[in-house]
Amino acid sequence: MTKIPIPQITNLFGRSIQLDAMLDEIPMAIVILDPDRRIVYMNKSVSALTGYSLAEARGISCHNIIRSGACIKSCPLARIKKDSEPVCVQSDLINRDHQRIPIRITLAPLTDSDGNVTGYIESIEDIRSFNVPGEDHSHAFQFSEMIGKSPGMTKVFQMLPLIALNDSSVLITGETGTGKDLAAEAIHEASNRAKGLFIKINCGALPETLLESEHFGHQKGAFTGAVENKPGRFRLAHNGTLYLTEIGDLPLPLQVKLLTFLDDRVIYPLGSTKGFEVNVRVIAGTHRDLMQMVRDGRFRKDLLFRLNVVRLHLPPLRDREDDIRLLMDHFLNTFTRNFGRKISGFSKDALLMLKSYPYPGNVRELRNIIEYAVNVSQGARIEVPDLPAYLSEPPASVQTVPGESPPDDYPGAGRIPEHGALPVRTGANWGETEKQMILDALVKAGGRRSRAAELLGWGRSTLWRKMKLHEIG
Amino acid sequence: MKTPNKILIPLYGQEVAPRFDLTAEAVIVTPEQNGPGRVEKFIVLPQVSAEKLCHLILTEGIGTVICGGIEEEYYQYLTWKRIQVIDSVIGPLEAVIDRFVRNELTTGDIVADNSETAE
Repeated sequence: MTKIPIPQITNLFGRSIQLDAMLDEIPMAIVILDPDRRIVYMNKSVSALTGYSLAEARGISCHNIIRSGACIKSCPLARIKKDSEPVCVQSDLINRDHQRIPIRITLAPLTDSDGNVTGYIESIEDIRSFNVPGEDHSHAFQFSEMIGKSPGMTKVFQMLPLIALNDSSVLITGETGTGKDLAAEAIHEASNRAKGLFIKINCGALPETLLESEHFGHQKGAFTGAVENKPGRFRLAHNGTLYLTEIGDLPLPLQVKLLTFLDDRVIYPLGSTKGFEVNVRVIAGTHRDLMQMVRDGRFRKDLLFRLNVVRLHLPPLRDREDDIRLLMDHFLNTFTRNFGRKISGFSKDALLMLKSYPYPGNVRELRNIIEYAVNVSQGARIEVPDLPAYLSEPPASVQTVPGESPPDDYPGAGRIPEHGALPVRTGANWGETEKQMILDALVKAGGRRSRAAELLGWGRSTLWRKMKLHEIG
Repeated sequence: MKTPNKILIPLYGQEVAPRFDLTAEAVIVTPEQNGPGRVEKFIVLPQVSAEKLCHLILTEGIGTVICGGIEEEYYQYLTWKRIQVIDSVIGPLEAVIDRFVRNELTTGDIVADNSETAE
């Protein structure tokens, strides 16, 4: 057997060092290939993973040694050009011990000083530890960081893993505080791109001129102050997921640029004629009604259709009645643990008040209320005085002229006026107003609770609970 | 009926397929009766499936399978069915058959001549 010369690294330190000694210290399988995809060098981790020694593998085509599914089906190296970004694929290999091992491969070209491709470097991660059979990172009523057991959320939890399986663009809609960001992150974490970056861009946070440079990057000298090349968020998210939050706030000129990217998957930095191919999954989120914005001419219809490949709607908390108590207990446990407090639960009155509040700010508002209460509470239970004062005050829009509809985010909003004669009194606090609304509905319904609940737009159990709260009948 | 010298080799281009379960094409080699010659039959599989390939091996009465990487489940199944499996073989088809015919092929052999690689 011919002795393999040991590659050296020179000019890094005063004396040359051996490449094998360095690569063997890296706890990841690393393979160096020539331009014909034959193995030039590999470290000990590759031998441990595949069962082939360097002496056996040297000069052999990569697909015969690594034997990954990706190599056989569609070699990712075929997609790599000299100025390509690294390519990351998830696959599996079968080693000499007949074991199938799930792996993640990252491939990048190696270029000489003139920019010519002289070979490739391939790093292979054993991801068995991430895929332990039977290990479920989620708990009952939970997916990633999202919690819920209501029918609406159960449906969302069923959809999320399916959405994570593919690379289609996703549009997440829902009111503020419903968990759009968490859903986007959960999709990323459950997808094959989990090892890549999750880059979040708030489309409404920066002025239009800065947004373009922030998203797409710029070339040195493209504008005053552009003293160096900037890659932009899209390129940073290569092999990962890009989450565009508040997509409804994206200025029209940038909507065109995003549209072009979604078609071509190529980024043109500001001031550059050279495009960069970027492999990202785009998830967009908004609390706005994009269809209405399209009708108003504030959002491009074609962009909406491209983003709206998979639509995920997160229900508001008022439609997740079963979840309020679950979330209250969850946040109480979280904050008591974080703040080192010993609070066992809620008093009966506090519980009723929290359960009857409409939560226009959704889960975020509920979380803030519980955080406030845990901070303020002096006793072993959270009492009504520990809750923010505004909970017992009427919502501003209810304190209006008679006949005006309740706030849009209030349960049954817009229903009572349809039936005409259920006046909303002014001048009283919210509790009294609500009590009066219930009484009026009961009068109109001739005492039939189911009819009254229908008039109020509530479920029967909600009406029953609120009647008990207000000590009606 | 199983023929001891009837062999099946999953193919990837003109070489032994690196993966048994991802094979789309195979060759069945039958030695000629009373002669040094052999008959080769190429089969294109309707779909990539280790189960279907195992079924083909059984129905064709194969005695020996020469392949690249094979999962434990299929390796055990074939050996349980008394089929000889020579796995982790790397090399071009002709060179591999020649070595097998000379009774020199063993598991894990890397048969020289990698100038022809499948693309």
